[in-house]
Amino acid sequence: MAGLRALVMPKMGLAMTEGMVAAWRKAPGEPVAAGEEVADIETSKITAGYESPAAGSLRRQVVKPGVMVPVGTLIGVIADGTADDAEIDAFIAAQHAAFVPAAEAASAPAPARVATEIGPIQVLEAGPEDAPPLVLIHGFGGDLNNWLFLQPLLAARFHTFAIDLPGHGGSTKTLPGGNFAALARAVAAFLRARGIGPAHLVGHSLGGAVALMLAPESLSLSLISPAGLGPEINMDYIGGFIAARRAREMQAVLAMLFADPALIGRDMVEGVLRYKRLDGVAAALQAIAAANFANGRQNTSLRATLAAIRVPTLVAWGEADRIIPAAHADALSPSVRVVRFPETGHMAHMERAADLARHIIGIADA
Amino acid sequence: MARKSFRQAVNEAIRQEMARDPRVIVMGEDIAGGMGAPGEDDAWGGPLGVTKGLMPQFGRERVLDTPITESGFIGAAAGAALTGLRPVADLMFVDFMGVCFDQIFNQAAKFKYMFGGKARTPLVIRTMYGAGFRAASQHSQCLYPLFTHVPGLKVVIPSSPYEAKGLMIEAIRDDDPVIFFEHKMLYDVEDEVPDEPYTLPFGEANLTREGDDATIVAFGRMVMLANEAADQLGAQGISCTVIDPRTTSPLDIETILEEVRATGRLVVVDEASPRCNMASDIAAQVAERAFEALKAPIRRVSPPHTPVPFSPALEDLYLPDVEKIISAVRAVMAAGGRKAA
Repeated sequence: MAGLRALVMPKMGLAMTEGMVAAWRKAPGEPVAAGEEVADIETSKITAGYESPAAGSLRRQVVKPGVMVPVGTLIGVIADGTADDAEIDAFIAAQHAAFVPAAEAASAPAPARVATEIGPIQVLEAGPEDAPPLVLIHGFGGDLNNWLFLQPLLAARFHTFAIDLPGHGGSTKTLPGGNFAALARAVAAFLRARGIGPAHLVGHSLGGAVALMLAPESLSLSLISPAGLGPEINMDYIGGFIAARRAREMQAVLAMLFADPALIGRDMVEGVLRYKRLDGVAAALQAIAAANFANGRQNTSLRATLAAIRVPTLVAWGEADRIIPAAHADALSPSVRVVRFPETGHMAHMERAADLARHIIGIADA
Repeated sequence: MARKSFRQAVNEAIRQEMARDPRVIVMGEDIAGGMGAPGEDDAWGGPLGVTKGLMPQFGRERVLDTPITESGFIGAAAGAALTGLRPVADLMFVDFMGVCFDQIFNQAAKFKYMFGGKARTPLVIRTMYGAGFRAASQHSQCLYPLFTHVPGLKVVIPSSPYEAKGLMIEAIRDDDPVIFFEHKMLYDVEDEVPDEPYTLPFGEANLTREGDDATIVAFGRMVMLANEAADQLGAQGISCTVIDPRTTSPLDIETILEEVRATGRLVVVDEASPRCNMASDIAAQVAERAFEALKAPIRRVSPPHTPVPFSPALEDLYLPDVEKIISAVRAVMAAGGRKAA
């Protein structure tokens, strides 16, 4: 059965225990390239494309769309041309016989809180401890869970650290200051406390600006729709995120993040609302917005900083970004590698995780 | 974040507010327990252990065991609130509230109005309610409609551990008297509850399910049953919205009206006795303000108008359950109009 590959329900993020095929992108018998999306996988949090691990043809859709199955369940079979139906039936039977649902939560890595000079910082680590360090820094109102698709892909090559910025997630809600520099000092404090030397830095949006401030200490820099490269910022998003109290209001705000708002699930909205209800969060978000986006514009330009840095740098942007326009990636220094994703919004790390991971690994190797 | 029981969630909320604000005190019968008996400090932590651990942490000065005299200590709590403390008084079973109605209805609820808005009464009265505990007619009632009826009181009915913690912190920080209802059958229910303090605003309903065919409004423990009913109905092709109002005073009637206008069908699940309960109040308000949207008569799922029976078989029969909610939804689906396109 050399030519047979199992497609199994992927685990997208720590909390995921089950999911469903929202739709098959390939009909039975249709050819599939490695890395091509064969199905859309839906969880209560988000819907995302599922890339084929191998080239061949989709010989079987084992699971029908709309049926909830545990992580690891066989959902389809990819085969080269030589396998006959009997072989595939035997393969499916063997897969089913061998399947043991993963022990929930117990085996999942859990985030830890690291004491730093500016208060506790929450971090989720993944990947080999002897691999080069790579730090993931989320954007305004986000948290380490924003990296749920990208972090596992990067953890194959790097010792990854997804952190919560101060005022966010499980980190201290007391800010050392709201501007880029203060947040960068907080990340530096975390790196010192955790004993991480020069690292590959990956930052999104506000976290991109923070990463850029730390560039001199980094091995490489990957910035996804970063703040700081132009004056425009969608204040309907920033203001709406701070103001929204109910699920439907928040859903409408979060919809601005994605090229396809249908990707947002109920649990993502509820998770953001729960975060916003924590003591101190409203004040922290307002302080960050006031420090960086007063008068409805970004008031700190890091274009000169970017032009001056010497480490390999990637700037990635979704062409349909409605929060910070992709035009901010225009006319950057020729040493910066710029990648634009079509039909992608502000969340390329969620919307285009696999492509983006390849580019990040590429810049880290440059 | 960790899984915590409803009991732990309430305890953590009070503990964090006591640590944050020295004006917060706790008082009631046996809320620590063991007073005067050497080696027995903190023996009880309240009848079901909710306040256990508070006395050793904050001392007898702030965690007060009171005599068995509700009329006395509820009156004292109302007075303490007027002087600037923020008491959390434990009235054990809501069934006993009758002996201190004057302190609550005529005093605590009215101070702000009688004193021209100058008085603040930041009082929380915690109390257990609800049947299913085999505790018979004097320890099983759902008297939240009585308190909802009285202007000047806020009435809170959390449906889960997450809700319990956020609503308790909100209650303690609120400057008006709040009656906080805890269902005995929910204490061991577990849920993800953040370690950090957070608040849930009063008067904001929560949609625990979203659907197109019918709207179910439920309170307290009934929310869990309504969710289960909605999930079973969903598997049979009937999708329901479930609304947990979280508080009956203030009541988020706007969200209820909005959802009824979207689905055209309403079922209200209320464990309180059926006459003058929340289900009848909501049915009246919806009939008055959204009659044109209704495709079927409103259905109420409530117990019969009788004391809670002591016989376990009869108590089970008495209580609303998932089956009764499902048949009420089926009835509104069958009555009148078509299924929504």
